[in-house]
Amino acid sequence: MKLQGKTWKFGDNINTDLIIPARYMTAYEAAELGKHCMEDADPEFSKKVQPGDIIVAGENFGCGSSREHAVLALKGAGISAIIAKSFARIFFRNAINTGLPIIESPEAAIAIKEGAEIVIDLTTGRIENLTENQHFAIKEFPEFLTKIVENGGLLKWATREKKGPIR
Amino acid sequence: MTLTEKILAKKSGRAVLSPGEFVLVDVDLGFANDLTGPPAIKEFEKYGNKVFAPEKVALIPDHFTPCKDIDSAGLVKMLREFSRKQKINRFYEIGQMGVEHALLPEEGLILPGTIVVGADSHTCTHGALGAFATGVGSTDLAFFLLTGKAWFRVPETIVVEFSGKLPEWVGGKDLILYLISKTGVDGARYKAFEFTGPIISRLPVDDRFSMCNMAIEAGAKNGIIAPDQITMDYLRQVNPGWVDTHPDFTLNPDSGTVYSEKIKIDVSELEPFVAAPDLPSNGFPVSRLSDVKLDQVLIGSCTNGRISDLKIAAEILKGKKVAKNLRLIVIPATQKIWQEALKEGYLNTFVESGAAVSTPTCGPCLGGHMGVLAEGEVALSTTNRNFVGRMGHPRSKVYLSSASVAAASALTGRITHPAEV
Ligand code: SF4
Repeated sequence: MKLQGKTWKFGDNINTDLIIPARYMTAYEAAELGKHCMEDADPEFSKKVQPGDIIVAGENFGCGSSREHAVLALKGAGISAIIAKSFARIFFRNAINTGLPIIESPEAAIAIKEGAEIVIDLTTGRIENLTENQHFAIKEFPEFLTKIVENGGLLKWATREKKGPIR
Repeated sequence: MTLTEKILAKKSGRAVLSPGEFVLVDVDLGFANDLTGPPAIKEFEKYGNKVFAPEKVALIPDHFTPCKDIDSAGLVKMLREFSRKQKINRFYEIGQMGVEHALLPEEGLILPGTIVVGADSHTCTHGALGAFATGVGSTDLAFFLLTGKAWFRVPETIVVEFSGKLPEWVGGKDLILYLISKTGVDGARYKAFEFTGPIISRLPVDDRFSMCNMAIEAGAKNGIIAPDQITMDYLRQVNPGWVDTHPDFTLNPDSGTVYSEKIKIDVSELEPFVAAPDLPSNGFPVSRLSDVKLDQVLIGSCTNGRISDLKIAAEILKGKKVAKNLRLIVIPATQKIWQEALKEGYLNTFVESGAAVSTPTCGPCLGGHMGVLAEGEVALSTTNRNFVGRMGHPRSKVYLSSASVAAASALTGRITHPAEV
């Protein structure tokens, strides 16, 4: 699986209240939530971001509440993957469970600048920075999690494991 | 093994487990609220039509209830109809409802040695009674509704030992704010906190709840306290049946357990602690913040809206008036707490001091309703998060404290040590 997009950079401890403020949580559809993604950090963000774009962030991305709305808002805004120095744990599992690729790579998170055009190749485990001619290796993912992501999320994985609807 | 490893091993049918392993466990209780429940139900309905074990499910509309607008009423309606259809008896209407993490223990649903998953990050609260309790997302909850299970990576455990002599006005909230100021908001990321030591062994249950509640603010997966006499005394009130059938229940870490880190805190010199904006880890002794002027004080939430919080606040406010130009909002965390506060006269004290008292709700804690902040306003709150825009406008500010600091500050209009009033 290959993802290509332009990068948007954010700092440390980007929390779920910032990704999608609670005041918009009467909705739970990705498209609607996407309109308000990162609004309190940058009111224009959802207008500027293009489908396929990639977020590059610092430590502890997605800390705070358990709201899966945060992952949905990012997806709804068009974000295709997130590279960060580290992720908060509930955000991490929400991304896995819903099949949003997240990559923990401190080197890439530091080196890649805002606006760079990058390619993430999940199959070969490589990040290519087309703008700066850099590349980074992606740390291998635990097998259990890879299976879930490859199947398109937790529920799809469970359905396949059971070879039919989950009862 | 640590407490967390022992519970995960038992519930996944394994004799031993070590950190880093992935397990599929049987869940004893799973729950969601009016914000996280609807997306879980939507996912659930794509993959199945029957809840695996309705008796293990609780649905608690607490965030935007009593419904603040038409959309939130739609969310609660969805929970209500799903509960009826799936025969989930533990759906709590307003009038019986409380903030989930205060309500569930009170209902006797949180038991030592069990696994509790909640589609809410502060589910870690329930480790105070010796459960493995952790926040999950809506998809995890849908998976639990379908299968009765959840997946986990076994976390490393950080043991935190509190010793010394607890100074007056210092309690569970101050201890956890102090700890988070040392670890930072990600110091315990992916890990378990085990709280121990002579201070914890004497700490009342309400304070234990406040501490485990905020484990997530250091990034932890869960916080846990080994069940002891205090735990059993509490359980005897809320679930005597369980205590009777488990007279010899114990859960302790093995001797010689290896922890990923050991933190020792001598509490003897601590002052009440306050977290300044915009992170729960931005903590200071209360005296360092005494010139911060306030527009609003909130006493409530799953962190500090329990009866002991209301009691201490009422004692401080009794016969006095809230400062001019300051709004004090008091929200008992559950209906039972509300009734007890009524009976004890606390509610009357609040109202006479000039406070607004609300029915149980999360409301202002997450900037929902019942006390949202305007641009530039400053609040002191007994809640657990002070991120940018948490309680309202992105340029409002939130400080976090215990109920006693909050009550004292409501009288002076600035952040105040309770000994001052
Ligand atoms: S009171 Fe606040 S922190 Fe607690 S469950 Fe409600 S919104 Fe979450």
